[in-house]
Amino acid sequence: MSLVNAINIEKTYQIGEISVNAIRGVNFNIEPASFVSFVGPSGSGKSTLLNMIGCLDSPTAGSLKIVGQDITSMVRKQAAHFRGEHIGFVFQDFNLIPILTVFENVEYPLLMVQNWPAKERKERVNNLLDAVGMGDQGDKYPSQISGGQKQRVAVARALVTNAKMVLADEPTANLDGETANRIINLMKKMRDEFGTTFIFSTHDPKVMQSAEIIFTLEDGKLLHRQNDNGGTNA
Amino acid sequence: MLNVIKIAARNLRRYQRRTILTSALITLGVVAVLLFISITGSFKSMMVGQITDSMIGHLQIHRKGYLASIDNLPLNRNLNQQQVAKVKEVLSGVDAVESFSMRIKLGAMFSNFTETTNIRLNTVIPEQEVKTVPLLSDRIVEGEKKDVLLQKGEILIPELIAKGMKVKAGDSVVLVANNKDGSVNGKTFLVSGVLEGISGPGGRDGVIHLDDAKELLRIDGVEISEIAVRLKNMDDLPRVFSSLKGEFASFTNKEGNPVFEVHTWEDLSPFYNIAQMIDLMTFFIKIMLVAIVLVSIMNVMIMAVYERINEIGTIAAIGTLPGKIMALFVTEGFLLGVLGTAVGTVISLVSIAVINAAGLTFNFGRQSNLVLAPTIGAGDVITIVLIVIGIAVAASLQPAYKAARMDPITALRHV
Repeated sequence: MSLVNAINIEKTYQIGEISVNAIRGVNFNIEPASFVSFVGPSGSGKSTLLNMIGCLDSPTAGSLKIVGQDITSMVRKQAAHFRGEHIGFVFQDFNLIPILTVFENVEYPLLMVQNWPAKERKERVNNLLDAVGMGDQGDKYPSQISGGQKQRVAVARALVTNAKMVLADEPTANLDGETANRIINLMKKMRDEFGTTFIFSTHDPKVMQSAEIIFTLEDGKLLHRQNDNGGTNA
Repeated sequence: MLNVIKIAARNLRRYQRRTILTSALITLGVVAVLLFISITGSFKSMMVGQITDSMIGHLQIHRKGYLASIDNLPLNRNLNQQQVAKVKEVLSGVDAVESFSMRIKLGAMFSNFTETTNIRLNTVIPEQEVKTVPLLSDRIVEGEKKDVLLQKGEILIPELIAKGMKVKAGDSVVLVANNKDGSVNGKTFLVSGVLEGISGPGGRDGVIHLDDAKELLRIDGVEISEIAVRLKNMDDLPRVFSSLKGEFASFTNKEGNPVFEVHTWEDLSPFYNIAQMIDLMTFFIKIMLVAIVLVSIMNVMIMAVYERINEIGTIAAIGTLPGKIMALFVTEGFLLGVLGTAVGTVISLVSIAVINAAGLTFNFGRQSNLVLAPTIGAGDVITIVLIVIGIAVAASLQPAYKAARMDPITALRHV
């Protein structure tokens, strides 16, 4: 079963009297444990598509199934619950909560979303922090660590709930080239270790090359899909 | 819930200066209200105590229509022997009644043998009177204080007449009065003391023995103008009043009209209006406190939501349910309210203790050196605490709801 199954999805925004077609009849499948990138110029619809896959937004038309569940008719509370269960997020600006320590930031989804017991929570968070190489930084606050470290913590937070997939909108945009590479490699390592699907958007060519599957978007249309074996589907 | 409280507390600590300022504003409001309630409450209870314990009693029973013409001190509206017996019978059956005192009120001419003036007199049975209005003896500012309030043939004269007529304790005076049939009689009295005047009805009356009044007015048998009643516990006043009113209403004359009228001190003393004004002022002070809390908390919470839009977007995106986001912000408001109230209550209680220890005095009307002894009941403190915390929570609801309803995409884009 596909992790993400999009059939002819469209997204139209109404801005005043003008309709803007952000996504126009896009079809694709994403399999579990994939490492996928959506690429394209600004305004091509990458973020809109990622928002829909992340249940933050819903298509105006078409069918979008995530983990076998149609998300097009979900109400706000259902969508929040679904996100908490199945989806992790990594943001361009890291978006760590400044009043919480590194440990507490990673712990947050288990504590406030999934209500894990304390003992299991601690064990899981420590495992994840070790996995992303931040095991000895748990007591620090986000203001006390570097951008690359923040993004590592964000990856740990996204993975801590055993999410089926992690969505990352321009995850390396605020990082230097070397740190960006490390983060992408970390994501790949996490995919290998936990079997989590990583879907990210980027227009950084170096990051693009790291993806195993690349969907290229332009003007809201999916131009082609390229696999890391070089195969291309129009 | 504990985790929500922990995060809310951390957020308050994040904006320390703002938290301190808002809490300080709430603290100030709580202190102002609690001190106002305690001081005015003390003043009110002191004045009510003075009025009821040295003059009026807690309740009074008259013949129907007496109170409407009390300024004339009518002798033809007195209770007769049968009616007095009925009142005694009823009052003796009420456990809450501590004592009662029968009085004849009359107007007379007062002469010091060189000058003459009018005087209003309260004629009493001293043993009954001191039980019913125990502070009356304390109003004797001149003359020897004795075990008995006064003997037959003695008079306690009001301060104003003593000064105006240059009469002092030990002097002889003459009272001349008309009885209800219009005949005039006079009797010589020995001034046994001078009574301090206090505001309210009867506060500037002289006092003589009931037997002397009967002799002066040539009354055979029993005639009583009013019966003052003292209760064991003043808190029982509404209940006892309601019960006595109902009971006395059942006694009617041949025409079917009620024979008796029952009044509480509130109907009889103009101070009740001042007490009501104090209550009204307390109410408005409470409204001001509510406004302070409402505006300050709402302002802070609106700012908190505005400053944390991106953070709200993040926690919403990672699956925090709208209810929990709302709880986070409402808890912040709640904690601000609790902090301000706790500090305010402690400061108020310490201030009340300090004022009591300092023994501050004040003057009211012709009374001076009244000791200010503010007290505050647990009920008042709990009421204020609940009002402030309730309003703090209510003021957080709108910003919290806004945060909970925020679209995660829009919030995440917010810079």
